[in-house]
Amino acid sequence: MGVRIEGGGAVSIAEFFNMGGYAFYVWGSYGVTVLVFVVEILMVKHKRKSALQQVRLMREAGE
Amino acid sequence: MAINWFKYSAPTTFYGLAGRLVPWFAVPAALLFALGLYIGFFVAPVDAVQGEAYRIIFIHVPASILSMFLYLIMAGYAALGLIFNTRLSSMMATALAPTGALFAFISLWTGALWGKPMWGAWWVWDARLTSELILLFLYFGFIALHASIDDARRADRAAALLAIVGSVNVPIIYFSVKWWNTLHQGSTIKFTGTSMHVAMQQAMFVTLLACWMYAVAVTLLRVRSIILERERNTQWVSELKEAGL
Repeated sequence: MGVRIEGGGAVSIAEFFNMGGYAFYVWGSYGVTVLVFVVEILMVKHKRKSALQQVRLMREAGE
Repeated sequence: MAINWFKYSAPTTFYGLAGRLVPWFAVPAALLFALGLYIGFFVAPVDAVQGEAYRIIFIHVPASILSMFLYLIMAGYAALGLIFNTRLSSMMATALAPTGALFAFISLWTGALWGKPMWGAWWVWDARLTSELILLFLYFGFIALHASIDDARRADRAAALLAIVGSVNVPIIYFSVKWWNTLHQGSTIKFTGTSMHVAMQQAMFVTLLACWMYAVAVTLLRVRSIILERERNTQWVSELKEAGL
């Protein structure tokens, strides 16, 4: 199963995920980065919800 | 035709504009991440010295650059807010801080995971690493100081001073590899050119653009909530018609 297009020729999927023995470091870097982005997006969504809630409360209080 | 340059410096108009702009940054961010990582993992060759471990560079360098640039932009907005007393500038500074802090964290985290196999240590008290850690603490300081003052305008001014004074740290990070003997390698991309393989350069450039787009999108989303929270007593918010209101 060829994965790499250029440089070093074709490698198997297992070899790709092994990252030449550096799998923990490479995937640990990208994994945590993805996690950070997901957490940030969830935080922003939560902030949006609470901001809308505050506006609704202000309106109800004003009525 | 007279253009009102200050139109979008008012939270009222910027709120709607920011909402319309978000997809124009979020969608390219996702596409550019996919493209950049494709080039980085499938097209770029193995590094002669560092083997496959070097592929951390495609997130480490963009995250580090963003952590420094976002700080300068944050300090710039904070300074504008301080000088011209414009509400939106200070709101933008507040919206940028968490994203900048997260990029500083990613920079340190990926740096540790890169340092361990290459240097044999997760962390060293080296000039580059230490000044980047200080950058993360400056972001924390900005966020904490702003949150600790109840009056939003006073919080803006106090945090702005911290941001402006702290910006001296950014050139220190940038030049640290030149000024001091450090374990951290020098800049890969220099003004005089680079020794990097062209596919590696392309991958790094594309993931850098992706990080930019992501940062803009998430900051615009955050500033909308900040605008609503801080302007909730105003006429325009009380008359705002939007989904969820």
